[in-house]
Amino acid sequence: MTPTYYLLLSALLFTIGAVGVLVRRNAIVVFMCVELMLNAVNLSLVTFARINGSLSGQIMAFFVMVVAAAEVVIGLAIIMSIFRTRRTASVDDSNLLKY
Amino acid sequence: MTSGTGSWLLAALLLVPLVGAAVVTALRGNDHTAKLAALAFSVVEFALAIASWVNFKPDGARLQQAFSFDWIPAFGVHISFAVDGIALVMIAVIGLLVPLVIGAGWADKLPEGRTKGGFFGLILLEQALTVGVFAATDVFLFYVLFEIMLIPMYFLIGSYGGARRQYAAVKFFLYSFLGGLIMLASVIGCYVMAGDELGKGTFDWATLVRVVHDAPLGTQIWLFLGFFIAFAVKAPLVPLHTWLPDATAEAPIGVAVLLVGILDKVGTFGFLRYLLPMFPAASKELAPLVLVLAVIGVIYGSLLATGQRDMKRFLAYVSIAHFGFIALGIFAFSSQSLTGSVTYMINHSIATGMLILVVGMVISRGGSTRVADYGGMAKLTPVLAAMLLIAGLSSMSLPGTNSFISEFLVLIGSFPNAPVYTIIATVGMVLAALYVLWLYQRIMQGPVRGDALIGAGGGPGTAIAPELGAKKAIADLNTREKAVLAPLLLLIVALGLFPKPVLDVVTPTVNATMCEAQLVDPVQSAEERPQCQ
Amino acid sequence: MNLAAEAHQASGVAGAAWLLLVLPAVGAAVLLLGGRRTDKWGHLLGSGTVIAAFVYGVILFFDTKSLPAEGRVANLHVFDWISVNSLDVEFGLRIDPLSLTFVLLITGVGSLIHIYSIGYMSDDRDRRRFFAYLNLFVSAMLLLVLGNSFVTLYFGWEGVGLASYLLIGWYQGKNFAATAAKKAFLMNRVGDVGLALAIFLMFKNIGSTQYDVVFAEIGKQSTGVVVAIGILLLLGACGKSGQFPLQAWLPDAMAGPTPVSALIHAATMVTAGVYLIARSSPLYSLPQAEDARFVVMIIGAVTLVIGCIIGCAYDDFKKVLAYSTVSQIGYMILAVGLGPAGYALGILHLLTHGFFKAGLFLGAGSVMHGMNDEGDIRRLGGLARKMPITFVTWTLGYLALIGFPFLSGYFSKDAIIAAAFGAHGTRGWVFGGIALLGAGLTAFYMTRLLILVFLGKPRWENLKSEDGRAYHPHESGPTMTIPMIILAVGSVAGGAILSGLLPAWLEPSVGELVETHGPLNHTVVSILTVGISLIGAAIAFAIFGRREQPVTRPQRVSFPVRAARADLYGNHLNEALFSRPGVWLTRFLVFVDNRGVDGLVNGIAAGLGGSSGRLRRLQTGFVRSYALSMLGGSILVIAALLMVRFA
Repeated sequence: MTPTYYLLLSALLFTIGAVGVLVRRNAIVVFMCVELMLNAVNLSLVTFARINGSLSGQIMAFFVMVVAAAEVVIGLAIIMSIFRTRRTASVDDSNLLKY
Repeated sequence: MTSGTGSWLLAALLLVPLVGAAVVTALRGNDHTAKLAALAFSVVEFALAIASWVNFKPDGARLQQAFSFDWIPAFGVHISFAVDGIALVMIAVIGLLVPLVIGAGWADKLPEGRTKGGFFGLILLEQALTVGVFAATDVFLFYVLFEIMLIPMYFLIGSYGGARRQYAAVKFFLYSFLGGLIMLASVIGCYVMAGDELGKGTFDWATLVRVVHDAPLGTQIWLFLGFFIAFAVKAPLVPLHTWLPDATAEAPIGVAVLLVGILDKVGTFGFLRYLLPMFPAASKELAPLVLVLAVIGVIYGSLLATGQRDMKRFLAYVSIAHFGFIALGIFAFSSQSLTGSVTYMINHSIATGMLILVVGMVISRGGSTRVADYGGMAKLTPVLAAMLLIAGLSSMSLPGTNSFISEFLVLIGSFPNAPVYTIIATVGMVLAALYVLWLYQRIMQGPVRGDALIGAGGGPGTAIAPELGAKKAIADLNTREKAVLAPLLLLIVALGLFPKPVLDVVTPTVNATMCEAQLVDPVQSAEERPQCQ
Repeated sequence: MNLAAEAHQASGVAGAAWLLLVLPAVGAAVLLLGGRRTDKWGHLLGSGTVIAAFVYGVILFFDTKSLPAEGRVANLHVFDWISVNSLDVEFGLRIDPLSLTFVLLITGVGSLIHIYSIGYMSDDRDRRRFFAYLNLFVSAMLLLVLGNSFVTLYFGWEGVGLASYLLIGWYQGKNFAATAAKKAFLMNRVGDVGLALAIFLMFKNIGSTQYDVVFAEIGKQSTGVVVAIGILLLLGACGKSGQFPLQAWLPDAMAGPTPVSALIHAATMVTAGVYLIARSSPLYSLPQAEDARFVVMIIGAVTLVIGCIIGCAYDDFKKVLAYSTVSQIGYMILAVGLGPAGYALGILHLLTHGFFKAGLFLGAGSVMHGMNDEGDIRRLGGLARKMPITFVTWTLGYLALIGFPFLSGYFSKDAIIAAAFGAHGTRGWVFGGIALLGAGLTAFYMTRLLILVFLGKPRWENLKSEDGRAYHPHESGPTMTIPMIILAVGSVAGGAILSGLLPAWLEPSVGELVETHGPLNHTVVSILTVGISLIGAAIAFAIFGRREQPVTRPQRVSFPVRAARADLYGNHLNEALFSRPGVWLTRFLVFVDNRGVDGLVNGIAAGLGGSSGRLRRLQTGFVRSYALSMLGGSILVIAALLMVRFA
């Protein structure tokens, strides 16, 4: 029973998420990648909790889930309203906030 | 935490212009009421300054009329004020100049949409802040006021000035602010040093003088430079001077008086109050550098003054030359030269203040700041011409005028320690005569020149002569203008003949400064050496 | 060397000596502040205060004279002036024979010229202001001679400079007058730098500027210090007294009204340099000051020759007299440079010169007053019959100046020439010879003036003045002629009376007059001088008296005449050495300041603005690029943490 595999899986998931955020254009996909990263972190938190025999890691994971849920609510709402006004969900098309 | 009536006087000196600024700004709807209120507040302030002078005991403590409150206890920052002889006379000069500036600006036309109330309110605010800068005895408080006082001046130049006022105001602000930031680094450095030494950091000036005093030379030099650059920008010393001609040229006349007469003095005041007592070893080490800059300033400023085509820029360069003299006196390290520099600060405010006001009166008649647009004006306005000449003569330190006393003290005091620099600066006397008489000749003497003047009637009480057609008459000084100039004229003569009241107040403080800076007069016998505590 | 008698505190009549300064100063203040209200009686107040000062001066003189010789030096403390620790300058007066002599000269000649000016300036609507300036001058000049320290002397020194500036520039609507005034002030300031530096040296080495202390201590100083102070004082004297190399301002100063030329630029102010050196006699008499004295003599000799040569070539009535003044002051400087043998002689010549030169100038003023202000001597001529009083008084002054036997110049100038011959070794021959030559030249140019102005044909009859009026020469009124007569009497008798009394009278101030015995004795020198003067006068007669002179100056003249007409190129030299390089330097510096220093500042500002403009482009608005930079940033931070942890 080696926790290393869990950590490796977590790192793999985090990397997939990070790359997804950087390369994908569809806001929904980017959003899901962010979720992926959050859950990768959750995995490692739970793993470390197990390793250290303390519950704080698990509690942290709950916090992350709550924040993620809140974020999903707001993020999806924003994406929806952008899609409604601009008829697109591409993150590259909404670049008004610049120099 | 106060002691006696003196503290109340000083507190009142700080509060009256602040309240005045608020009241005058609130009254800005009505120009006339606002003007009267501003004048009233400034006159009260002047009376308070006189009272404070009377209350001051020259032989008393180093710092008098002190009061102090906690401000940021965590860092040992206090709001503490007190005056010594130097601060006292500077505050008196501020008190004198502000009513005159208000009087001079009484009838000025302001740019579109600006009110007298706003203008005079800012001037009173500036007055409160400068009084604070001179009286602050907490180094952090000094720093804060040093920077804050830029803000009203920024608006005074930027909102009420001439055509390129935005450029000039920004330049002025950036120059001074940058210098101030470097000083902040040094201020914090001093705080840290005090923390190492005493176990708890402090910004109290008197404590810092004792603590930083004995720091190793290397440390002193870095801390010295931080303060020095800020003060050298303010003073201004060549080559950090280029903001002054622009600021003076664009500022309204009254603001130019405050700028040159008071704000710039904070720099030389800083030399005396902070550099010499806090960093004696570094001051001695770096004195040659400052002396070189000072002497360059004297010659460079004088030569450039003769080369100017614009009267207000001319005034700025004249001041740069004078600040060279002041810096020379401070870093020549004798009680005569230091006293000379302090009196120079006052006398320069009076003489150059008058010169600027008179030039403003010339400009308001001829409608141009270019020297070339004038000529032969003495025929039309003899009293104005006489005032220009007298202010000019004081500016070139003719004996019998106040500036002679200070220039003489600076030079004779500097000579034993720095003979070569003094000789070069003495040559500046010839150049001073050159630029003053050059200006006077161009504007006042010779045949009448210039669009505004040719064909204009003039002389006392002259109405427009019929043969001159529609040409406007150039009137001589009116009663208000005479009233503005009269106190300055009186002081120029009185302090030239009888400078004792000022010298008596300044000398003990200078002696104390000499002690703090571990300096000894080059010319004196052992028994007449002042005792240091 | 027992030079200066001990000073005691002034009391009695001398205790009110400050009145001398205050009287004219109050006059000036009332006239200047009172403005047009004082127009009606301004000239009376102006003259009255000076006459009052003169009366007080006479009383003070007799009071002092009644004291024994060693009690004639008095100090009067008026108030503490500048006092900072070891530097203590009191505002005090020194009443001694030397200063009293000057007080009488200044207030006496001053009173006469005030009276003269009432007539001379009667047409000027600003006459009141003129009297205010004259009063200001008298007050400052009295301070100069009465002050008891070098700083009070400096105060008066610059004060007379100011009065002179104001009066030279009296006709300030004219550019040349304004320029001449400025030039005079500036060249004086150059000299003042010397005086100021001398004062600084005294403070550094002696710790005081008070005459008593300085003269008591100066003997203990090293030769270098003494010579430096001596030469710096001389520089001051050169500026004020129009001596080489600072002589060029004095002729230009003739742009002022003639009474000014008579009072300030002939009789009193320009002799201040002589006063300064005579006052500093304890310094110059020291053996260490030998070199300084030698320089003084050289300056005096060079100037007296320059003045004569240029005086021969000028055609402007007053400018010839001005150069004559330059040259006569050269004699005085030469005399005081001789040391104890010459102080009293220099002062004697100063006094007699004060009489006859003031008289000559007033005569010139009278001529110009009657001739529509015409000053070109080629356009005058034959005025002796039209202006008899002017002619007679002027001629008496003329005779006194060229040293006609038993008139005042004879006593003073001959004595100087004889003393110059008495100088040590070859110096005696050189300086004596130069002084003798100067006497001949003086006779030449003065005779030329006399002939061209008063004798010969009236060349003005068919001419018109600049403003288009015909000339109607007439004698001046009594306010003008009476002072001229009084001065003429002084020129005739002054020398004979003073030469006997003055040296003994001045002894407490400048020390005993040492008789020198040169290779030629006094009688021989006198005969030589008179002879050479006669030859000079005769040559002038031969050239100018026998032929009719053209009304315009001849252009085809030899090189020496051309050089003399151009002031021996003194102005050209000043221009080439100081003026033009100064202008270029100023222009260059203005350029450097605007483009260089300020350009650097603005350049930094522009550079900052430009680079921030480029950096701004990093904000693309693409979320992904922000995310990338966040990732990069986090990686950097983590890498840094790991480095710190494991390195």
